[in-house]
Amino acid sequence: MPRGFFFDNTRCTGCRTCALACKDFHDHGPEQAFRRVIDYEGGSWKVADDGTVATDAYGYHISLSCNHCTSAACTKVCPTGAMHRDTMGLVWPDMNRCIGCGYCTMACPYHAPAIDQELKRSSKCDGCHQRVAAGQTPICVEACPLRALDFGTTGELAERHPHDFDRCTRSIMPLPPKEATTPNLFVLASPAARRAEAGDGRIANREELGL
Amino acid sequence: MTESKATVSRRTFVTGSLAGLAVASATGALYGCTPAADDDLAATGEGAETAPDTVAWSQCVVNCGGACALQWHIRDGKIAYAETDNVGDPNGLQARACLRGRSLRRWINSPDRLQHPMKRVGKRGEGKFEQISWDEAYQIIADKLKSVIDTYGNEAVYMNYGSGVSSSTSRLFPRLANLMGGYLKSYNDYSTNMMCAGMPFLYGDACSPYDNVSASSISEAQNADLIIMFGNSPAETRMGGANIAWDFAQVREKGGKIYHVDYRMNETASGHPDEWLPIRTGTDAALVSAIAHELIVNNQVNKEFLDTYCVGFDEATMPESARGQHKSYQDYIMGTGYDMVEKTPEWAAPITQIPAARIRELASEIANAKALFVAQGWGPQRHSNGENTSRAICMLPILTGMIGKPGTNTGMREAEAGGLVGSIPAGKNPVEVAINCYQWLNAVDHGATMTAARDGVRGANALSSGIKFIWNYGGNCITNQHSDINLVHDILQDESKLEFLVVVDTVMTDSAKYADILLPDAMRAEQFHMANNGYAEYYLGVLVGEKAQDAPGEALPEYEFMTGIADKLGLKDAFTEGKTQEQWIEELYRQSADAIEGMPTWEEILEQHHFKMEAPAAIGFADFVADPTANPLETPSGKIEIYSERLDQMIAELELAEGDNIFPIPVFDPGFNGYGSVNEEFPLYCSGFHHKSRTHSSYGGVEELKQVARQQMWINPLDAEARSIENGDKCRVKSAVGELEIEALVTPRIIPGTIGIPQGSWHEADMDGDRVDKGACINTITPYHPSPLAKGNGVHSLIVQVTKA
Repeated sequence: MPRGFFFDNTRCTGCRTCALACKDFHDHGPEQAFRRVIDYEGGSWKVADDGTVATDAYGYHISLSCNHCTSAACTKVCPTGAMHRDTMGLVWPDMNRCIGCGYCTMACPYHAPAIDQELKRSSKCDGCHQRVAAGQTPICVEACPLRALDFGTTGELAERHPHDFDRCTRSIMPLPPKEATTPNLFVLASPAARRAEAGDGRIANREELGL
Repeated sequence: MTESKATVSRRTFVTGSLAGLAVASATGALYGCTPAADDDLAATGEGAETAPDTVAWSQCVVNCGGACALQWHIRDGKIAYAETDNVGDPNGLQARACLRGRSLRRWINSPDRLQHPMKRVGKRGEGKFEQISWDEAYQIIADKLKSVIDTYGNEAVYMNYGSGVSSSTSRLFPRLANLMGGYLKSYNDYSTNMMCAGMPFLYGDACSPYDNVSASSISEAQNADLIIMFGNSPAETRMGGANIAWDFAQVREKGGKIYHVDYRMNETASGHPDEWLPIRTGTDAALVSAIAHELIVNNQVNKEFLDTYCVGFDEATMPESARGQHKSYQDYIMGTGYDMVEKTPEWAAPITQIPAARIRELASEIANAKALFVAQGWGPQRHSNGENTSRAICMLPILTGMIGKPGTNTGMREAEAGGLVGSIPAGKNPVEVAINCYQWLNAVDHGATMTAARDGVRGANALSSGIKFIWNYGGNCITNQHSDINLVHDILQDESKLEFLVVVDTVMTDSAKYADILLPDAMRAEQFHMANNGYAEYYLGVLVGEKAQDAPGEALPEYEFMTGIADKLGLKDAFTEGKTQEQWIEELYRQSADAIEGMPTWEEILEQHHFKMEAPAAIGFADFVADPTANPLETPSGKIEIYSERLDQMIAELELAEGDNIFPIPVFDPGFNGYGSVNEEFPLYCSGFHHKSRTHSSYGGVEELKQVARQQMWINPLDAEARSIENGDKCRVKSAVGELEIEALVTPRIIPGTIGIPQGSWHEADMDGDRVDKGACINTITPYHPSPLAKGNGVHSLIVQVTKA
């Protein structure tokens, strides 16, 4: 059964604790990240004659790492089979096989893999597979102050979030449509994310994300 | 310390995978096909046996008011990474650290840590120092302290406000100074200054922003059907997993309607845009006044509550001295007193930028609420009109009688629960004289002319001396977190004014650059330590933490070097009472454990390290509302004083600067640099806000945090467009006192006409050159204009111009 992340977009405050816990655990500096937070926002303003204002502005955040997709694009393009799905359903690059060609970085619509400049090899979220194998959660899940992240098999997630799991979607703006890779990402969409479906929003933190 | 199963990190990942590659190359199998490649563990280099981590418990002790737990994983004597509180139910009480706590090791292990005692050799603020020995530092400090006291008296010695460390054994200078006859005291703090001054007149002298009597616990909002937050964003101020941000998520999920009255769509409202009611910064009291108007004209005030529990709503309950003078709150609102202007929604609309119809809607929702929970953060009061604003916000629950009952709050910020353990006692300060914490710079500059009536001196009519000796521990309020950094710099150049400044810190902060003697402090992770739960979370707890690694260089725990100074003064025994820091902690812990049921024994806490217990929920002023005769407030009347006779008398005695106002009732007064003050030169309002990347200026040097939470000025697309500013552009922000450079975040999440700048960023300017602050510290541009009553830092009242750099 595939494993993936549950993400409660109604709770997320964009605090980035998930991202910094991940950086700390994986010893990444400012330039490297397995998990990132997208700030997405939109809406406009009108100023009336009396100086009062009206707006339909919205803003929300998406905590995103690798979605360990069922139809992972990264594994399909990998010429050596390094990028593989392990026995727990987690997708990550085998260091002994990876040649650092970077095809995976180009194929993934979520920008999950990146070439580690030190190793010259592909590098991405491995779901903290060693922690998971030891019965722990990925470090980001245990870190979230809002308990907005969870991780497990789809069955486990459905069981732990009985009221929310059926209402989850695998894509909110600006993520690619779920058909692209069938991500194992289950998002409980916020009211702001529903407003963004109109398509007028933008990513507000491109610099931070390296986009 | 305990042992934990080894888990993956990039260190082992790197070592392991390189080793794996070497083997693969040697066998000519670079492209795979080694049998080991099928083994998940070998593929990440984790197959080999690794020694288990040692784990040490600790805490993040900066002043966000959270006190989140950390479990340091230690390898080779050095902190490798952190886990946080993962004990118990993940959806229950877990003091999970926020992004800053998860980055604390970057600060602890920073190459920028101060490692040796140092003596200034350049000009103040130049940052030029030479290394000295601890013994020399002790002697210089002891000699100077004695000579200042001998020459100017104890009132010339001052401990500056600083809040970077909260711990049972920190901030020990008062204990030493009190053994020498004391020091000039300070009152209030930079967080709640105007509120601390104003609220006692409304709710009584016992009213404090830090209790669970004057306010309800946040859990009470779960029982409300309408929740109104004025400038109160726990997702940016109280972010930890046992902090209010988490509690507030549960409030939302209970289903009550929520409004965030704020000039920004703050992060607590992110994801929930309908909760945001945009308002011009500094005008909350105008909104409240217009709502009051609607409640009055629609006969929706709770007259029974106002008559029973309050003084001064209308003529019926005015005190004798103010009768027949149209000085009641109703007179103010209806335009029959004070400024004689009726506070209609149409009056408030252009001030607040909220359409009149929207104000009427909100008033109607308030009138129809079954349980109304109003809470204000500390931003609205951090304005030049903060003494009025903080009281005005409380008028919503007062007018509707939504106080003291389930689901209500008093209008103060949500309650705090207190703590379990005490601190090393400071002793008694024989000096009775006090200044507001924000007045230290004036006291350095012209202290001997400062008076009670003009400058808020307490305990005497005037100061006897200027401040000559400052002790600055774990704080950055000399420059970065004070105001008008350029002015501070100029005043501190004159060494005949402030003769001696000791700074104790862990890194070279901007304030530290001004030190005459700079002492390197060990961090909590580098010593045995203990602290309570924080004030930004509603539970009771204590953490007894271990030393995880050695302090760098010669850095020492504060207790050790304070003992060294005491020794030079012949006060060692009096200072230590013969105890080590460890012995103090044990004694303090045992005192609490003996008195409080349910606390683990000393032996048990040394095993488990962290103890937490639920605090009983509180409803603000529940006792007073249940029986106002038996449980009066500490006002002269024992009631809520909407009109304060005491304040009216005090106003008559004050010597206020031109344009500064205080009123005996909670009015809207724009205040210095407030609404209406913008002009051609400075056409925009500007406010600071708390940012996820720092707690004030703590953590400001951590690159990993700067990368994910950039220092950006929030500006509305309409204001940006008018200045040809695009997202990401470098901009200059200029006020009457300074100029800074900052990147623009052009965002619809801020109201037009006001910009927002995250406070606490590290000042970085050529002070002998153009003084343009490339670090974008907001206090480069905040004027030093103490507020009318508190004499505090109303620094969110600010007008600026923004240009593309």
